[in-house]
Amino acid sequence: MIDLRDLYQDIILDHGRHPRNFRPIEHPTHTARGHNPLCGDRVTVYLALEGDKIADVSFEGRGCAISTAAASLMTEVLKGKTLAEARALFAQFHAKVTGGEVGDLPEALEEDSERLEPLTGVKAYPARVKCATLPWHAFEAALKGGAAEPVKTE
Amino acid sequence: MKPLDPKALRRQFPVYQNNPGLVFLDSGASAQKPASVIDGVAEFYRRDYANVHRGVYQLSQRSTDHFEEARETARAFLNAADVNEVIFVRGATEAINLVAQSWGPEFVKAGDEIVVSDLEHHSNFVPWQMLCQRVGVRLVVAPTDASGGFDLAAFEALLSPRTKMVAVTHVSNVTGAILPVERIVELAHAKGAKVLVDGCQAIPRMLVDVRALGCDFYCFSGHKAYGPSGIGVLWGRYDLLAAMPPWQTGGGMITQVTLERTEFQEPPHRFEAGTPDISGAVGLKLALDFIEELGRDRIREHEEALTGYAIDRLSRIPDLNLLPGGQRRLSVLSFNLDGIHPHDVGTVLDQHGVAVRVGHHCAQPLMDKLGIAGTVRASFGVYNDRDDIDRLAAAVEACREMFLR
Repeated sequence: MIDLRDLYQDIILDHGRHPRNFRPIEHPTHTARGHNPLCGDRVTVYLALEGDKIADVSFEGRGCAISTAAASLMTEVLKGKTLAEARALFAQFHAKVTGGEVGDLPEALEEDSERLEPLTGVKAYPARVKCATLPWHAFEAALKGGAAEPVKTE
Repeated sequence: MKPLDPKALRRQFPVYQNNPGLVFLDSGASAQKPASVIDGVAEFYRRDYANVHRGVYQLSQRSTDHFEEARETARAFLNAADVNEVIFVRGATEAINLVAQSWGPEFVKAGDEIVVSDLEHHSNFVPWQMLCQRVGVRLVVAPTDASGGFDLAAFEALLSPRTKMVAVTHVSNVTGAILPVERIVELAHAKGAKVLVDGCQAIPRMLVDVRALGCDFYCFSGHKAYGPSGIGVLWGRYDLLAAMPPWQTGGGMITQVTLERTEFQEPPHRFEAGTPDISGAVGLKLALDFIEELGRDRIREHEEALTGYAIDRLSRIPDLNLLPGGQRRLSVLSFNLDGIHPHDVGTVLDQHGVAVRVGHHCAQPLMDKLGIAGTVRASFGVYNDRDDIDRLAAAVEACREMFLR
């Protein structure tokens, strides 16, 4: 039996219960909604960009412990990053949870990557991978100009 | 009446031998298959398979005999008057789409109304919504009351001479509420409306007599009734079916085709274009035989007792909220744990070997009404017993401990 505690590590339970940056941004430069039709979960990601830099990022919505913790941790690591750094972090995170080829990150991002490590336990739970990636897909959609339609996980 | 012996019955379900310790509580989504169905379908392929209604050779005749015997079994199971009222479809979803798309445009017009309940599965909701948008008909939703039961008084008040169709489930796939179909039919018929009943959750666990119910259409999926997936039944009153135009067209449903025009067969073949799911029908017959051999009264008694036990057992768990299902309910229970998302509960339960369904159960309008994203749903079959409920309860407790400590 897979140990559930690999999935529900303390940091996940903590962020699931007490999500950080769980609020709207009053005048976001970018925003997008994410929707997982399988479970009905919804997340809205808000971004305030200053030039190429993420000055502020936050989210709202309802979801399971995994998706809430994923969104919470995502906002924590993304704040202050450039868009290129944010995309690199997502690419690596996505590869880790879906079992893709994990590329190298610049040294400056390694600490952030480690912050996201507890979420990679979803790899062993194929039905739950989408919970962890939903907020990131919404973030990406926000950058693409905030799709009128919510992005879906499937 | 000798009660069912679920532990002995499990020996007829190979899935239990291949998954030791499995606590399967998702029969509401799809039931497991007895060996008689699995082996019977294989045996049919080995001995008697050919296309139906086509060949002049003996093998094709035997195959056709099996296929039509399955139709007769379904007729008897529903106590329908005429075997030609039984149409084989892929499942209840296809059955309802067939009625909405064939009967619908022919018999409803702009300004008419169609009534559904707020308990409906998307498959008994979206086809009517589509029809309404296409034809300019109003979709009226009959509510459940605070106890989770169908509100007959509110339903009656919604009916009018404009009502042309009432489409309701027999047993809710979310709460297990049993709807008072006989009364619904009386009230609807008094206004001249037709009634379609989605019998997916009722067929595997209670006696269904379409003539006693008085409804106009009744449908179900085979896979929820211990049969194969991909086969189901639409039953309709013959005069209604005979007045309906074909739905899909192609081979097997025509009497004559010229370059200018086509003449269509009478029901049921009019509605069975193309080569049907022949082995599926054979499997469905074996599944209905399986149910009949156990006895629908016994199955209902068994599952009612189990439902009562589960309600009692789960109600004693702190922070657990059972969705109400009215005064009469059967085999399906939905619940939520305060502060824990259904998907997290589902994952923890799975790690304890307990298979339940989590999510909106294809009933988003009901979830919206209740203001929830989803639920955890346990549903029962003939192979479940009190030990399964105890395992479920223990796993739920473990889940609470993990998330709420």
